[in-house]
Amino acid sequence: MQDTPNTPAQPKRPVRRVTGGVATWCRDQLARYVFLAVAFSATVSLLLIALFILKEGVPFIIKIGLKDFLFASEWDPSVGKFGIYPMIIASLWVTLGAMLIGAPLGVAGAIFLTQFVPRSVMRIIKPMIELLAGIPSVLYGFMGVMVLAPFIRNHFGGPGLSLLAGAIILGIMVLPTVISISVDAINAVPRTYLEGALALGATRWQSVHMVILKAARSGIIASVILAMGRAVGETMAVIMVVGNAVKIPHSALDSVRTLTANIALEMGYATGLHRQALFATGVVLFVVVMILNSLAMAAMKRKAGS
Amino acid sequence: MRIPPKITQALAVLILGTATLVTVVVLVLIIAFVLKRGVPEISWEFLSTKPQEMGKAGGILPTIVGTVLLPLIAIVIALPMGVGTAVYLSEYTRENRVTKIIRFGTDCLAGIPSIIFGLFGYIFFVTILGMGWSMLSGGLTLAIMILPTIIRTSEEAIRAVPQAYREVSCSLAATSWETVHKVVLPNALPGIMTGVMLGIGRSIGETAAVIFTAGSSLMMPTSLNDSVRTMSVHFYLLAREGISNEKAYATAAVLVFAVLFVNLTAYWMMNRFIAKRSS
Repeated sequence: MQDTPNTPAQPKRPVRRVTGGVATWCRDQLARYVFLAVAFSATVSLLLIALFILKEGVPFIIKIGLKDFLFASEWDPSVGKFGIYPMIIASLWVTLGAMLIGAPLGVAGAIFLTQFVPRSVMRIIKPMIELLAGIPSVLYGFMGVMVLAPFIRNHFGGPGLSLLAGAIILGIMVLPTVISISVDAINAVPRTYLEGALALGATRWQSVHMVILKAARSGIIASVILAMGRAVGETMAVIMVVGNAVKIPHSALDSVRTLTANIALEMGYATGLHRQALFATGVVLFVVVMILNSLAMAAMKRKAGS
Repeated sequence: MRIPPKITQALAVLILGTATLVTVVVLVLIIAFVLKRGVPEISWEFLSTKPQEMGKAGGILPTIVGTVLLPLIAIVIALPMGVGTAVYLSEYTRENRVTKIIRFGTDCLAGIPSIIFGLFGYIFFVTILGMGWSMLSGGLTLAIMILPTIIRTSEEAIRAVPQAYREVSCSLAATSWETVHKVVLPNALPGIMTGVMLGIGRSIGETAAVIFTAGSSLMMPTSLNDSVRTMSVHFYLLAREGISNEKAYATAAVLVFAVLFVNLTAYWMMNRFIAKRSS
């Protein structure tokens, strides 16, 4: 706030406190408390979600036993067999596969867009990629069914609808997440770091991988972990391309069923114990995703702190 | 042996450039493929008539109505909550333990997979609150899902309003509430609308959370208690149950247009907002 000495002196007036009276004051106080209450809406929603998923799922897990639920490999609700081990393994492999594809491509894209193309090109491509992030996931699944699965069937064998197809589709789907968060992380590195490295005679690539990537590391890691969370939680696209057979995969070409697919496929007709088992599957998923998100948040915090 | 820096530089540019090209090409090809197959199938009749034989023939009118109404309900619910949260975080408090809790809750909520929202909506709104498979259940579930998006974009928009505006308002003896609703919110509105459009875009594309809460009825909805089917759900059922590939492609093309339109609008609003702020 600067004084403005040029303005002509105002005629002196008696100082009068302008107040709007009791009604205005009440309205202001009311607004304050309404905003405070509303501010907890997201947190309360989160608690409600956790509460109701746990309430439906945890009694089931206690009844069956955590070990038998997580590590038994037979799932046949009609005869009371509820082992989700094959689904856990499938989710794990599909997610890791997706990361093997999505993380290198996405991070490479982020580096290239921020460091090796003119700003004007990046201004066009980054929003384009972010727009593509809005494409409904079912469309990716459909592409997997129509294009990718036949391709895999014809060139590698197997049923086509497979772990591999799921990993590739998810790998593509997480690209926008990885790119846009990594780009932000790289852009947040002070420009002087780059200038310093260049001034020491490093090439652009040397400056990038020795200086900028080191500085942006936690943000990039966060982008990959967040993408993992997306991949683990993705449902509809995965259902369409992985084949959904409940068995432990022996190769990437096998048909598998992920945790999310298990819930969505059977929720429509499940009752009683079966439905509880699906909610228990949801509990496992919820816990996994919360752990991944906390890790990502911790990584982001480190970036902000340094 | 040391590779000369000039060569590593060239190699790096080549590899990174190829990776970027692959990414952009794959993403663009997916859209192009859907549009190429789908656009020829779209006709006025397809957009304006009811589906027959579970979608094998006829149009998609009720699903278009569902796709418009459900995100609108979600926004009507999520907007006041989201903007309210953003106003509280930026106008009424400093960073402290309470804001930490609120931010943590928001961030966590943003990371929850849509199938979990579907499960929650099904058990809470559909079953326990007895709303059944309805637009109301679906709208409430979607509202919670898009809440983090609205909160984040609104907070950014509100923080972008110059501090001087608030100081002037205060110096005119306005209360906090008057400052918020007469000065801050009108100036942050374009930024907030960006969040609204992003939220609508996400709702339009959502399937897992909608199918378990709003159901999949093909009837034209007449009240909030009616089940509806959105285009995403319709497309999923057409494709997954192999009802009709032609209709699936056509629905997909309409869906792509809808999402691109909404997201482009969001993007355009954001740019205008930024341009106005920085001038």
